[in-house]
Amino acid sequence: MSGAQQSFKILWGMAIDLDKCTGCGACMVACQAENNLAPEKDASKKQRVMNWLKVFELSNGKPFPDHDTAYLPRPCQQCGNPACVPVCPATVTKKDEEGGIISQVYPRCFGCRYCMAACPYKARYFNWYDPEWPQGWDKTLSPDVSVRPRGVVEKCTFCHHRWMKAKDKARVAGNDPYDLPEGAYVTSCTEACPNGAIVFGDLNNPKHLVHKLAHSEYAFRLLERLGMDPQVYYLSRREWVRRLGNHHLENEKTGEFTPLGGGHHG
Amino acid sequence: MDKALLPEGCPRCSLGKFLIWMAILGVVLAWGGYWMARIFLFGIGETALDNTFGFGLWITFDLAVIALGAGAFFTGLLRYILNIDPLKYIINLAVIIGFICYSGAMIVLALDVGQPLRSWFGFWHANVHSMLVEVMFCITCYLMVLAIEYVPIILENRQLNKIPFLHNLAHNFHLIMPLFAGMGAFLSFFHQGSLGGMYGVLFSRPYAYRPGFFIWPWTFFLFVLSAVASGPVFTMLIATIIEKASGRKLVDFKIKALMGKIAGTMLLVYVPFKIMDTWGWATSVLPEMGLTFGELFHGVIYGQWQLWTEIFICGVIPMIMLNVKSIRENPTWLYTAAILDCIGVSINRYVFTVQSLAAPVMPFDKWEIYIPNQAEWAPTFLVIAYGAVLISLSYRYLPIFPQERALNAAK
Repeated sequence: MSGAQQSFKILWGMAIDLDKCTGCGACMVACQAENNLAPEKDASKKQRVMNWLKVFELSNGKPFPDHDTAYLPRPCQQCGNPACVPVCPATVTKKDEEGGIISQVYPRCFGCRYCMAACPYKARYFNWYDPEWPQGWDKTLSPDVSVRPRGVVEKCTFCHHRWMKAKDKARVAGNDPYDLPEGAYVTSCTEACPNGAIVFGDLNNPKHLVHKLAHSEYAFRLLERLGMDPQVYYLSRREWVRRLGNHHLENEKTGEFTPLGGGHHG
Repeated sequence: MDKALLPEGCPRCSLGKFLIWMAILGVVLAWGGYWMARIFLFGIGETALDNTFGFGLWITFDLAVIALGAGAFFTGLLRYILNIDPLKYIINLAVIIGFICYSGAMIVLALDVGQPLRSWFGFWHANVHSMLVEVMFCITCYLMVLAIEYVPIILENRQLNKIPFLHNLAHNFHLIMPLFAGMGAFLSFFHQGSLGGMYGVLFSRPYAYRPGFFIWPWTFFLFVLSAVASGPVFTMLIATIIEKASGRKLVDFKIKALMGKIAGTMLLVYVPFKIMDTWGWATSVLPEMGLTFGELFHGVIYGQWQLWTEIFICGVIPMIMLNVKSIRENPTWLYTAAILDCIGVSINRYVFTVQSLAAPVMPFDKWEIYIPNQAEWAPTFLVIAYGAVLISLSYRYLPIFPQERALNAAK
């Protein structure tokens, strides 16, 4: 990235309570349906399967009866200092729009996959094959999201089309589209979560719950230490879960580190 | 049958024998071509690459051949800019190898991108912050320079050279060659560096990330140095392979030893910096990320043995061997050191490509394994076969070794 990190008036973000998440996968399914992800021909090839939002299983590594697990849903972290944006050779992916959502211009992507190599969250996916919907399934396609061809990279957009719709709705109602009330724009995964584990909103807006949750003493960010400034916060009262959010040296206390400066090129 | 085309005073094997050799290479080309066609038709889903390993065998191969092809720009720089005259006896081969390596890398890159028809978007919508853009521009320009450098060598063909226009053209090309050698050195320096920079800037990949000087991570400089420390001996090894295959002396051993000395001198610069870089990475970069050195290695496939092999067996040892005159001047030891040197740079490119991606970054994630499949191996061998075809044709029909007649007359 060149120069200083870009600042935004609105910063769309998430707070995901890992103590509420049961790993049911409803968020994954909702995301899949909302964003026109084609059904996998062979889902047994896990490294080829496409999940814009993927639920990881975390373990404290202890044997019974001390064993404990947690589930961590991982959408694109929409990093403030993204690793993917500066590496893209064709300016396909940018973080320059109000709201701080990282874009992905599919018709411009030529599939070099350098952004995938850069993303430590594995949040970027490549279309290894042409997307195919079995006969009849195409009726489930959403008209709001373009389908992607073989050979391009794609990722979670925080259901960007929903923001467009929410802004339009506000305009029609004569309201300020850049001052949406809480809940006027939420992602499909937020909507689908049965436990309310995912909270979505403007991180910069004190009226939004996500703003408060992001400042919780139990909040942490995934790989925050690398200096990527993600816009997705996780919450857990369990220290071992928070500790797994970042690498720690043995003698370091959980969360006690200085985030690195991030990239220096360009 | 094709005697009139052969370089004067340089006997070659019979056309029949040559065609049998070409047919063998043709089989490899057909095998690779079949898989290339499948990949263009059905996409790179045919390969074993996946969402963890977006880069694999092809990128490793590309980076390795580009490093080994550095003999072209570095020998050109020494020959034309620094006027090390004896290198004129091997410069033609260095150019041909450079051309093969770079054009071969282009073939593989065309396969490796998901949308080959959009490859030009990198030029059109160039993101100036991306190291890959620098690589794309420099490699493309340098391939053009190599093609221009190859032209006069082709025009030296006995029959072509009889045509006055082509004869004069070749002569004029030779006169302006220092200009192209200079351009080649400039372009090559930057893309060799940018290839290293591509990995070094990945601040989100602890295995690859390196701080550096201003905008350039240390890997930028290390990739340049390792390329110039291995490219010259790779050229020398290919010359030796052609000698063994043809049964003729082509390059005076003194020239080969000189190439060894050049590589050895560069290793003397590269290896200490590589050791310092590794030390700094292990003791400073990784702890700042909350990681220990041991956590970046795993099992046998991703074990530390590769690092030690690269640095000591394929770095320190050839560095010593190539800098000790008595060892360097013994053919067996010279070739051994050269082979070790080339293996070392290839391991370096492999680990930066594959191990960087295999190492999990999220603390709860796990190591992944990548095994390339036939769809990746076949086009890789296609490029090797393509190189062999070009070298075979060049050796047969072009006077690429100025010493050939003299060396074999003395025999």
